[in-house]
Amino acid sequence: MKNIIPFGPQHPVLPEPIHLSLTLEDEIVIEAVPALGYVHRGLEKLADIRDFNQMIQVCERVCGICSMIHALCYCQGLEDMMKVEVPERAKFLRTIWSEIHRMHSHLLWLGLYADSFGLESLFMQFWKIRERIMDINEVTTGSRVIVSVNIIGGVRRDISAEQIRWILGELKIVEKEFIALQETMNNEYTVKKRTVGIGYLSKELAHSLGAAGAVLRGSGISQDMRQLKYAALSHLDFEPIVEYGGDCYSRGLVRFREVLQSIDLVRQAVDKLPDTEISVKVKGNPEGEVINRVEQPRGECLYYLKGNGTKFLDRVRIRTPTFANVPPLAHILPGADLASVPVIVLSIDPCISCTER
Amino acid sequence: MIENEEKVPKKELVGKVQQLISQGYRFVTISCVELDEKYFDLLYHFDKDLTLITLRVVVERGETVPSITVLLFGAFLIENETQDHFGIVFEDSVLDFGGKLYLGDDVRRTPFCKYGIKDVSKTKQESE
Amino acid sequence: MFKKFIEKSQLKSPWIVHLDCGSCNGCDIETLACLTPMYDIERFGILNIGNPKHADVLIVTGTVNHRNKHILRNVYNQMPEPKMVVAVGACGLTGGVFRDAPNVVGGVDKVIPVDVYVPGCPGKPEAIIDGVIEALAKLAELQKEGRKKK
Repeated sequence: MKNIIPFGPQHPVLPEPIHLSLTLEDEIVIEAVPALGYVHRGLEKLADIRDFNQMIQVCERVCGICSMIHALCYCQGLEDMMKVEVPERAKFLRTIWSEIHRMHSHLLWLGLYADSFGLESLFMQFWKIRERIMDINEVTTGSRVIVSVNIIGGVRRDISAEQIRWILGELKIVEKEFIALQETMNNEYTVKKRTVGIGYLSKELAHSLGAAGAVLRGSGISQDMRQLKYAALSHLDFEPIVEYGGDCYSRGLVRFREVLQSIDLVRQAVDKLPDTEISVKVKGNPEGEVINRVEQPRGECLYYLKGNGTKFLDRVRIRTPTFANVPPLAHILPGADLASVPVIVLSIDPCISCTER
Repeated sequence: MIENEEKVPKKELVGKVQQLISQGYRFVTISCVELDEKYFDLLYHFDKDLTLITLRVVVERGETVPSITVLLFGAFLIENETQDHFGIVFEDSVLDFGGKLYLGDDVRRTPFCKYGIKDVSKTKQESE
Repeated sequence: MFKKFIEKSQLKSPWIVHLDCGSCNGCDIETLACLTPMYDIERFGILNIGNPKHADVLIVTGTVNHRNKHILRNVYNQMPEPKMVVAVGACGLTGGVFRDAPNVVGGVDKVIPVDVYVPGCPGKPEAIIDGVIEALAKLAELQKEGRKKK
């Protein structure tokens, strides 16, 4: 017997509105059709009435979770277009903040993911650790979530030596508490039972469906936009993290290890932090076309910008990582149990406000 | 001008995409730009080992474009988005939302187009 | 007697339902952060639940667009009386930076009546908890009026 079950948009396990029409045969999903549009705002169009400096604030609000990295991508694109050389210290500060953002996003996801298979205490633990990261954000930039530090030509704020010492101390505690959860998250029998082999995506499929980020790396393809060496990453040791399982467990493992990697990257960046200006003055208006890509917590993010010599940009096109991961999701849901659907949906780390903009 | 850009006529698009896939390129996305009253630019982005290449297709307003979802299922979202925002119709799409991916049933206009203002004000009044 | 019991528990342990209505996630994660050990709203007896039919307070984050305004109205209508609506964040209040975007209707109060407005972009967890407490004071007044009528 076939049943069609609507999943969402207001659903207890989902913090965000996405709608899936699940066609079920008994308890097995045989077709999943996503329906979007509950968060659509059309903010790319705001480029017509907001000038290129004001657009930074709009880009930050594409998605609250990776706000800083959105602004980073936009600013890097425009700097590229206007041929601005950003001071070294600004590049390092950008890297530090973007890695802190990645940690906060991954910890958030790990918590929600734990909640999706019913381990609520683990959810609480991850979010407890995350509060320390939020404190770092608040102390260094003045805001917990939407970190408005990027401007065209550099950054707005500096981190003092005293703050750096404090950040390193906090990171030490974060690392210790985080590693203490490793055993539960990665080796616990009940967790493995819910995640290993669930939502399998093969390497070939991940490639042909154009997946991004942890979904791609969890399927054994070593691709991370940080390999492009943007900002200060050219000075830092970096290897993309790859897992070969292709299931929910592997995707979780990739993100788990990336938190530790981010802590390491922040430490490296702090060590090498040069002593220069933090921003340069920018003159003129952008003209031309440019594409810039960065790695967000959820994967590859692409900005296409087109300027026409006035202060309003012709086109701002934002391709966000979840947008690329929705087709793989529609592909891995068929064959799964209805009870596994929340786990699989969360395993791609959906960010719907990114997807629809 | 973007790096690694190639102009492709609309007729050869599907063949060219097929060729890229067989070379091991990964589909990234499509960007649509409104050039003037008559023309749109469609930019197809592909990636291989961190190099991005772009196919540029010029489309006239009102024309249909061959869908690449037959080759790349992953393109269905962006094709539907472009249809929502710019009103460009893709032929033979595997999963067609008919311009209602994002927009509500009571909104009938293409919000990302500068031109065609007459139409917009009319439908705006209707929707309000 | 039973009614009194319900009225009292509504104030002492309000159940909230959270609806994301086109926000950028900033306010959502701050609302979720209220549940976690740092802020822990459960110590006030406030419980976050998924079912609007069980809820006393509706927390709405984000702007309203042409598609989700139906969902918002639907969820609001499902809640039993008396109910309170708390709008969180600049977008929920007026539309925020998105107010001029093509597919945005505006603040939450264009669709349903809002009782408490929590400003901020995003609203801080402390502010959100404060907003809920404020809503409870209003709820108590509503209950008083309801008793007078009878």
